[in-house]
Amino acid sequence: MTSADLLLTALGAVALGSALLVVATRHVVRAGLWLVVTLGAVAGLYLVLAAELVAWVQILLYVGAVVVLLLFAVMLTRAPIGARHDLDRPGWPAFLVGGGTGLGLAVLLVDAYRWTRVDTPPTGSAELLGTEIFRSWVLPFEVLSVLLLAALVGAIVISRPEIGSRPAPPAGSAPEPRPAPGERR
Amino acid sequence: MHPVIPYVTAALLFGIGVYGVLRRRNAVLLLMSVELMLNAVNLVLVTADATVQAALPATGQVFALFVIVIAAAEVGVGLAIVLQLYRLHATIALDTVALAPPDDTAALGPPDDTPFPPDGSPPPGPPDRSGPPDGTGPRPEASAEQPHPAPVGAA
Amino acid sequence: MSPDTLGPLLPAVPFIAALLGLVWPGAGRRLAAALGITGAAVALLVAAWLALTVDGPYGTYTELADFGGLPVTFGVRIDGAALLVALAVGVVALAVQVYSVAYLADDDRYAPYAAQVSLFTAAMLLVVVAGDLIVLLVGWEVMGICSYLLIGHDRRLPEAPKAAVKAFIVTRTGDVGFLLGIVLLGVSAGSFRIADVLSAVAAGEVSAGRLTAVALLLLAGVAGKSAQFPLHTWLPDAMAGPTPISALIHAATMVAAGIYVVTRLFPVFDAGSVPLAVLGVMAAVTMLLGALAATAQDDIKRVLAWSTVSQLAYMAAALSVGATAVALFHLLTHAAFKALLFLGAGSVIHAVGSNSMAAMGGLRRGMPATFWSMTIGLGALMGLPPLAGFWSKDAVLAAAQGKNGWVAVMVFTAGLVGVVVTAWYATRLWLRTFFGTPRSPAAEHPHEPPGVMLWPVVLLAVPSALLGFAAFAHGFTDRLRSPAPAEWVGEYSGPATRAQALQEAVELVHLSAAMALPLACLALGVLGAWLAWRRDPAADPARVLGPLRPVFANAFYLDAVQEVAVVRPSRALARVVRRGDESVVDGAVEGAGRGTSDLGGSLARAHRAGLPRAATAVLAGALLVGVAAATLGGLS
Repeated sequence: MTSADLLLTALGAVALGSALLVVATRHVVRAGLWLVVTLGAVAGLYLVLAAELVAWVQILLYVGAVVVLLLFAVMLTRAPIGARHDLDRPGWPAFLVGGGTGLGLAVLLVDAYRWTRVDTPPTGSAELLGTEIFRSWVLPFEVLSVLLLAALVGAIVISRPEIGSRPAPPAGSAPEPRPAPGERR
Repeated sequence: MHPVIPYVTAALLFGIGVYGVLRRRNAVLLLMSVELMLNAVNLVLVTADATVQAALPATGQVFALFVIVIAAAEVGVGLAIVLQLYRLHATIALDTVALAPPDDTAALGPPDDTPFPPDGSPPPGPPDRSGPPDGTGPRPEASAEQPHPAPVGAA
Repeated sequence: MSPDTLGPLLPAVPFIAALLGLVWPGAGRRLAAALGITGAAVALLVAAWLALTVDGPYGTYTELADFGGLPVTFGVRIDGAALLVALAVGVVALAVQVYSVAYLADDDRYAPYAAQVSLFTAAMLLVVVAGDLIVLLVGWEVMGICSYLLIGHDRRLPEAPKAAVKAFIVTRTGDVGFLLGIVLLGVSAGSFRIADVLSAVAAGEVSAGRLTAVALLLLAGVAGKSAQFPLHTWLPDAMAGPTPISALIHAATMVAAGIYVVTRLFPVFDAGSVPLAVLGVMAAVTMLLGALAATAQDDIKRVLAWSTVSQLAYMAAALSVGATAVALFHLLTHAAFKALLFLGAGSVIHAVGSNSMAAMGGLRRGMPATFWSMTIGLGALMGLPPLAGFWSKDAVLAAAQGKNGWVAVMVFTAGLVGVVVTAWYATRLWLRTFFGTPRSPAAEHPHEPPGVMLWPVVLLAVPSALLGFAAFAHGFTDRLRSPAPAEWVGEYSGPATRAQALQEAVELVHLSAAMALPLACLALGVLGAWLAWRRDPAADPARVLGPLRPVFANAFYLDAVQEVAVVRPSRALARVVRRGDESVVDGAVEGAGRGTSDLGGSLARAHRAGLPRAATAVLAGALLVGVAAATLGGLS
């Protein structure tokens, strides 16, 4: 057991533990925060595995953007503050399928690799990765940028307020009163 | 180092993500579980890159980067959908979403649970469109009580 | 017109009349009556012409179908006996058609009735002239259908439909045996033509065991159609039908068809000793059963019905001792006097408005013609010399007396006792209906029926009185004889060998001292009834029967026995079968449909599952596929 192994084990434990809390906690906002911990642990795993750029991009994009987006959505959909008991559906299909998947994959990988050893690979620095991307993987890179553009446009289109709005009331009838701010129906 | 450790971590993380997808009713929590699954995949890619020497160097890490980008795009679009759903039904509990128009409500059966109401009040009907049907101007939902001021609109 | 074409014409003309009557849209009374009467009259004329001109037997055949080597031909076989029976059928059918015009004057369903009577006549003539077993069977079955339709004709009567069904089912039970017998006979003999069958039997080509089986099966049908024990229960109930129908079908023709078929196929029955012995036992039992049951009936038609059962047993008794000509002779005289009696009873019922003899009495003053005709008929029934019935019944008893064996002795004894009882109940009927004081208001003012109803009765009195003397004519007796196998020629070829016919002349009349015994029995019966009546003219002479009276009136409760032994188990079986059919067969079919649509519904519901359920299904499926791939592919 080298130090790398120890770090891998520790960070793995942290990641799994906080992932469990993400899917099991009764507080919606706390789930988001536990997700941050998981993502950070995974970034740490990347660092141990000598994937520098990936680790920092993980922190930047995932923790910095994705989690923030998720937290925005939580707030915009008026997620409840505090513990809720009705966040979950019946557990047994989830247990079966999720447990089966996880354990199955674990058994597969353990059976594949056993206790082999590898040496620490060269560091995946920005220079190395950049060279690779812009030499060999340029096309997927460009496609990805188109994808991002499409996602952006799509998100705007979906969010337009006309979708699902009721037709204007016929002329002559009194318009329905706007709900006062904070008033619930 | 022994690559089996990160591999097993990734496998179990994936399983936890699947569990979360199938268990959670809230759409945002479901998206969080999907992120867990994507992270597990990324971990496998990076570990594989350390374990196996591909024809091109650092292929696994490149792919992991791509996956991160795609995940970000997916979260953006997915959250737009979730917010639109919230505008229509004032709830984002996924088991209340009918996949087909309820022409035969008896065949559909009763919904699994009560809709996911915010803060214990009775489930409200679809919010009324009384304001001008354009994308500008403050919206009642946006200006409702929030822990902190939210930007106008969700677009 | 050669006899070749006239032969098939016999059944064809009434059949065409029946078809026209049934199919013609809006056939009125006049047209229906005209069709019916014309059909019967033409058949009678054709039969008379053939009887006068044709001497020897002949046949015409056209092949209809071939069942794997077994040809079915439409064949007509005319011989003397067939023509005489055809004549009798024609006479009675014509009388009945004429009579019905007035009897059913107030019935609005007269047109189908007349057509059905024509159809029945055609079927009976088909049985009479049939040269092929399958054609015989067709006529036999059509008669059964017509009997069912005609018994149930008057839908206002509550007991008519039940009686019609009972008649049909009881005769059907016998017909199953009949059908099997015919099939077996045809297959064993290699052909369904009667001529071929009889020559095969004469040549010994069919084994004795098989012949016995065939004969017993055929006897089942005969017992059903001719109302012999134990299939006799339908005939008294069939009196719910109109009286002319009782006269035609249940006295003169259909019930005689069984006797006729035995005569036709007699070599088949004569092959072993068992079939005729069975027939003899049936005849003896039925003779007494019918006569005793007739003694206690109050309904005038039921007395005549039981009397028919008993008289048919006399014919069967003659057959069982091998005297086919005698049986046919009695068949002919019985047709005449029984039709007369039924039609006369119809007139009486028409005048009094009731079937019950308790409402009659003293009718002879108001209805003299009917009275005298019925007297002749009853005398013929009893066997009073010199009326027709005396000669034929005496011939039966003489034939039984002349033979050896226990069958003949049994039949003779039963016949003698039957004479006593027949005389008793005939006298009772005569006295109670026509003598004494009227016992109901309608009986106080009786009137003769209209001429159309009266003349058939009076005219039928003629053969009832005189037909017996035909037994002295060789021309008549020749014709009653069954032809020998060598005479079965194909087409008509002119006068047959008269010399050979004379050699085997049949003696129908035996004027000897042996006649005294039946006459003594007759006198005993008449005296007994008269004495019982004289003591109290208003009461029923049947009261002297004492405790036996209800037993006889219910015909020894055989109806109840039949109900318990046959009807109830059949109904229970039918219920079981019906339930099985509805729940298993129908259930399977409907269940298949319902199962498919239920399956479709549940699949539709699965498709419409909510989002989380769909996601669960997808991920679970992926897991299963992965596991399958890993285990089947083998973990490396």
